[in-house]
Amino acid sequence: MTTPLTPRSAYPELRQDDIDREVAELGRAPTTGPHPDRDYPPYRSSVLRHPKQPLIPIRDPEAVELTGPVFGVTDVTEIDSDLTRHHIGEPIGERITITGRVVDRDGRPVRGQLIEIWQANAAGRYAHQLDQHPAPLDPNFTGYGRCITDDEGRYHFTTIKPGPYPWRNHLNAWRPSHIHFSLFGTAFTQRLVTQMYFPGDPLLPYDPIFNSVRDEKARQRLIATYDHDLSRPEVSLGYRWDIVLDGPSATYMEQGR
Amino acid sequence: MSVEEPTPSQTVGPFYGYALPFPGGGDVAPAGHPDTITIHGYVLDGAGQPIPDALLEFWQAAPDGRRTGAPGSMRRDPVTGAVIGRNGVDFTGFGRVPTDPDGRYVLRTLPPGAVGASAPYVAVCVFARGLLHHLFTRIYLPDNAEANAADPVLSSLPPARRATLIATAERDRVYRFDIRLQGDEREETVFFAFH
Ligand SMILES: [Fe+3]
Repeated sequence: MTTPLTPRSAYPELRQDDIDREVAELGRAPTTGPHPDRDYPPYRSSVLRHPKQPLIPIRDPEAVELTGPVFGVTDVTEIDSDLTRHHIGEPIGERITITGRVVDRDGRPVRGQLIEIWQANAAGRYAHQLDQHPAPLDPNFTGYGRCITDDEGRYHFTTIKPGPYPWRNHLNAWRPSHIHFSLFGTAFTQRLVTQMYFPGDPLLPYDPIFNSVRDEKARQRLIATYDHDLSRPEVSLGYRWDIVLDGPSATYMEQGR
Repeated sequence: MSVEEPTPSQTVGPFYGYALPFPGGGDVAPAGHPDTITIHGYVLDGAGQPIPDALLEFWQAAPDGRRTGAPGSMRRDPVTGAVIGRNGVDFTGFGRVPTDPDGRYVLRTLPPGAVGASAPYVAVCVFARGLLHHLFTRIYLPDNAEANAADPVLSSLPPARRATLIATAERDRVYRFDIRLQGDEREETVFFAFH
């Protein structure tokens, strides 16, 4: 039996109100692009984990980073993209499918590249020894999957909707439901690790990680769209989430842009 | 002109354990290859404390300078679905290593080949809980002193900053390279933005 933890935070003196105030204040500052500021104090773990020195710009058409690792049929098996089929029994939860396209900044499909996902179970618990909060594990759900994009850059996953979960950023901190995504483009510079959120989640305004993307339009791009045409009768609800990878690639440079 | 707006980055968080690391992720060199080098070190935060939940990815040219890589870094057993890792022959050029509870990583690879005007280097992408957007750095090797001196990126940096990008030789074929996410200009590792 798991021991229920008393409400405890790395910053117990910090309340949601305090975080909301910091988030609102930073939200009024000019945005710096689509990505989060690495220095984003409302997410307390960022305080000692962001560089203070300026990043050094590189504009070398022969940089090794303009190419990237490749993956193939040996790296992924057929059922890896169906997270509900990794155990003998079926996981508890609302069955969903997620599909979308991965493109680069020029709209070109990212073909044959690896996507990896991970998530909490329907109760909001991760299969991970460091997650000991008092929600049940599901013996039929580990919560990770992968697939390779097709020739149009499309991907597809079947899983269950993850539950929200508490964390210790401040007192009564809860993460909205989300699925972690890891993507490779045609270049190492296009690498992306991000999180997909669900439309209408009441926890989104309270989450400093989601709100670390200070540009409102960019933040909305982290939220999947419910698409009724993707729902399968009596089986699952369908979501669509398209992904655009940032960063130059060798092909991009070759075109002199 | 870019037509698409990028999807923003988010932190890798603490719970990627079943999804991202894979057996042999740091063993990029083909098994038993006599040219294998070992690069190891710590990932440190702004207080100089080790970061036990960082994830490092490595990408590099083969010793002959080829940047094509090869699939098969995380080969699967089609019977059990388990990751059986590399075949021990191909050089995929890609490595992935989570830091251990001491904040430490180890990479065994082949010496990178030179590409263009640059000295040889291993490209590194750093992910961690608390890091909202990954960081890129490079590991240059001290053996290539002449090439390092001529490298356009290294030579553009003040000496204290340049030093953070060059591994230290510990003994034959073993190098130390720490990555410090935050610090003053001699402490903090140089990170790059690609344009
Ligand atoms: Fe999470």
